[in-house]
Amino acid sequence: MSNLIVTASPHITDKRTTKSIMLDVVIALIPAMIASIVLFGPRALLVLAVTVAACMIGEYVTRRILKRSNSLSDLTAVITGILLALNLPVSIPLWMAALGGLIAIVIVKQFFGGVGYNFVNPAIAGRIVLLVSFSYYMSNWTEPFAYLSATAADTVSAATPLAVAESGGQLPSLLDMFLGVRAGSMGETSILALLIGGIYLCIRRVITPIIPVCFIGVTVLLTTLGGGDPLYELMSGGLVLGAVFMATDYTTSPMNAKGQIVFGIGCGVITSVIRLFASLPEGVSYSILLMNILVPHIENLTMPKPFGAKEAAANESK
Amino acid sequence: MNSILRPVRKIRGGAKVPHMKDTADCKTVFMPSPPEITLPMQQHIGAPCRPTVKVGEEVKVGQVVGDSDAFVSAPIHSGVSGKVKAIKSILLPGGQRADAIVIESDGLDTYADTMGPRDVHDKASLLSAIRTSGLVGIGGAGFPLSVKLAIKDDSGVDTLVVNGAECEPYITSDFRESVEFPGRVIAGVEMVMASLGLKKAYIGIEDNKPQGIQALKKVLDKRPAGGLDIDIVELPARYPQGAEKMLIYATTGRRVPVGGLPSDAGCVVMNISSVSVLCYYIWTGIPMISKRVTVSGGAVNDPKNVMVRIGTPIGDVIDFCGGLKEEPTKLITGGPMMGVAQYDRNMPLLKQNNAILALTKEETQIPQEQPCIRCGRCVHACPMSLMPAQIERASRNEDVVQLAKLGVMSCMECGSCAYACPSKRPLVQYMKYAKTVARKKVSG
Repeated sequence: MSNLIVTASPHITDKRTTKSIMLDVVIALIPAMIASIVLFGPRALLVLAVTVAACMIGEYVTRRILKRSNSLSDLTAVITGILLALNLPVSIPLWMAALGGLIAIVIVKQFFGGVGYNFVNPAIAGRIVLLVSFSYYMSNWTEPFAYLSATAADTVSAATPLAVAESGGQLPSLLDMFLGVRAGSMGETSILALLIGGIYLCIRRVITPIIPVCFIGVTVLLTTLGGGDPLYELMSGGLVLGAVFMATDYTTSPMNAKGQIVFGIGCGVITSVIRLFASLPEGVSYSILLMNILVPHIENLTMPKPFGAKEAAANESK
Repeated sequence: MNSILRPVRKIRGGAKVPHMKDTADCKTVFMPSPPEITLPMQQHIGAPCRPTVKVGEEVKVGQVVGDSDAFVSAPIHSGVSGKVKAIKSILLPGGQRADAIVIESDGLDTYADTMGPRDVHDKASLLSAIRTSGLVGIGGAGFPLSVKLAIKDDSGVDTLVVNGAECEPYITSDFRESVEFPGRVIAGVEMVMASLGLKKAYIGIEDNKPQGIQALKKVLDKRPAGGLDIDIVELPARYPQGAEKMLIYATTGRRVPVGGLPSDAGCVVMNISSVSVLCYYIWTGIPMISKRVTVSGGAVNDPKNVMVRIGTPIGDVIDFCGGLKEEPTKLITGGPMMGVAQYDRNMPLLKQNNAILALTKEETQIPQEQPCIRCGRCVHACPMSLMPAQIERASRNEDVVQLAKLGVMSCMECGSCAYACPSKRPLVQYMKYAKTVARKKVSG
């Protein structure tokens, strides 16, 4: 009996592991990845492969140099790579995509301590760095299915519905918007694919609908009050992609339900303000980034009261 | 007719633990007197007992062998007849050292001549009977029951809550009490209610034990009309439904204030087996000398419910259950959620133990701790509405102000957070550490 193990209780745990949760996120992203490849062609697959590879290599090499354990198997680097690719235009030069992945993983994630310690979402930070550095390539949109036409497709530039709306042009139909037949980032256009992923995440209890519902609800409400069309506002830009997959990132969103409500509403308000008043057509990334930074404060201000705290306070005041 | 009530409030969070109650149909078997028992003089919170016998002295079953004058304490009785072999210092699972009386059994089980019914008619006589019975609470700490019921200002106390939830996996010991001795349970409840002048009693049992609920209901239905007001509350099976504060909340809707006691919510809480054992003591004078324990786990050959004399080495109890199939990874006294992992099979069974589990490698994972991903599962799981992940971080930074704000002292170490954690962090251990940080800084 010398091999008995002694630890603190509990002696049993739930079967859920970090890896199984992250695998569920990857599964939830599959419809959006398929949609991006169908809509924007084989090059979308290439961009996905490049960002995922850049994130994995960046993670492996950084941790090796910093003498930390290999963490590739937790799949978080894969998710960052996929999310970054889905936030890029399909025509992005591959070296830029790779650079974005390295910035996300090496600087934003590993330099701050790795999984669980980054204070902003790595994929969003990577996208924003690319956006401010290479704004031409980052807003060089391609028409969906352009890869099917015989002419040199990659020279065909298009405008996103948000840009079209700002200039007062002809918008795609609502059905096209829902299926994703519009110009935009690789993974943001197909609302159908994103919803399938989001519902899967909720059913598997990876996320609760609190943040996506608050984020999307507030954005649609405020932009409609500002004169927008609610359904177009809902389905355009990166709103659904951001609300379902980026704003719900565990590490950079509040852990308590009340905090998640505040966080979701905050994201919605900032997105609406940018859409209505700023010179930028889209504000989802910036809103999530700004709210990420506020998370510790939100959690502090919305900290739940321990069971019986109200009663204890009532006794004291007696 | 007594109806079976639904809980008035739902507890927050908790864990959906596997039940694993394979021993539910195992009728209690009595384990014969072991060759030797070891009785630590500290089986409760409070002052340790002093041995009242000397080495070489003859003792009988039910005889007091250790006692104390302190208020917070409970006497210790011998469960066997025989001779005191030694009095030595041993290390207890909680980390404290205590004197222990080793008694060699003569196998005759001769009872002391002090047995006989006890006279209980009011609060004072009930409290004195509880004191001399040696009963302690089974909540792990072993709080002396006489102290628990000796409420200074009991003007607002009107309700007895009987804990039959048994929310820990594997354990069926309290369930067997309600199935095998339902009359004694109800009689005990009536004695406590009458002596303390309580108007109302709730017996809380989880809904995965319908047999126990029916057995008790049958006894309640047979009582003549106009009896004391006793109701059974069928609780949803969710860990930690049996935690004192959760049970009071579910049955009465009252919340025990932070840092308060059940009496602050007008309640007295007693375990269902304790009520029954108390009744048995009042009827017969036989004190707390034995305990029903569920012996289970994948490594045990023949899991069962066994009535064991207190002080029996846990290894002897396992041998009585057919021994071990394979070497267990963990040997636990108590349940898998809050029980204590043991390293020595000679450790004696204590008053507050209700199970001995020998868990295999598959049953008890010893996984690698990974970084917190801030998923919030611990926050949702905490029945006390705390934020375990934040408490862990604050304790690492020794941030006493933040720890106080986070209400770390409200943690009851139920383990729901650690159970839910996908990164397999030993959060209960971190909570214990956080409490020592908070205490140290406050006092220093």
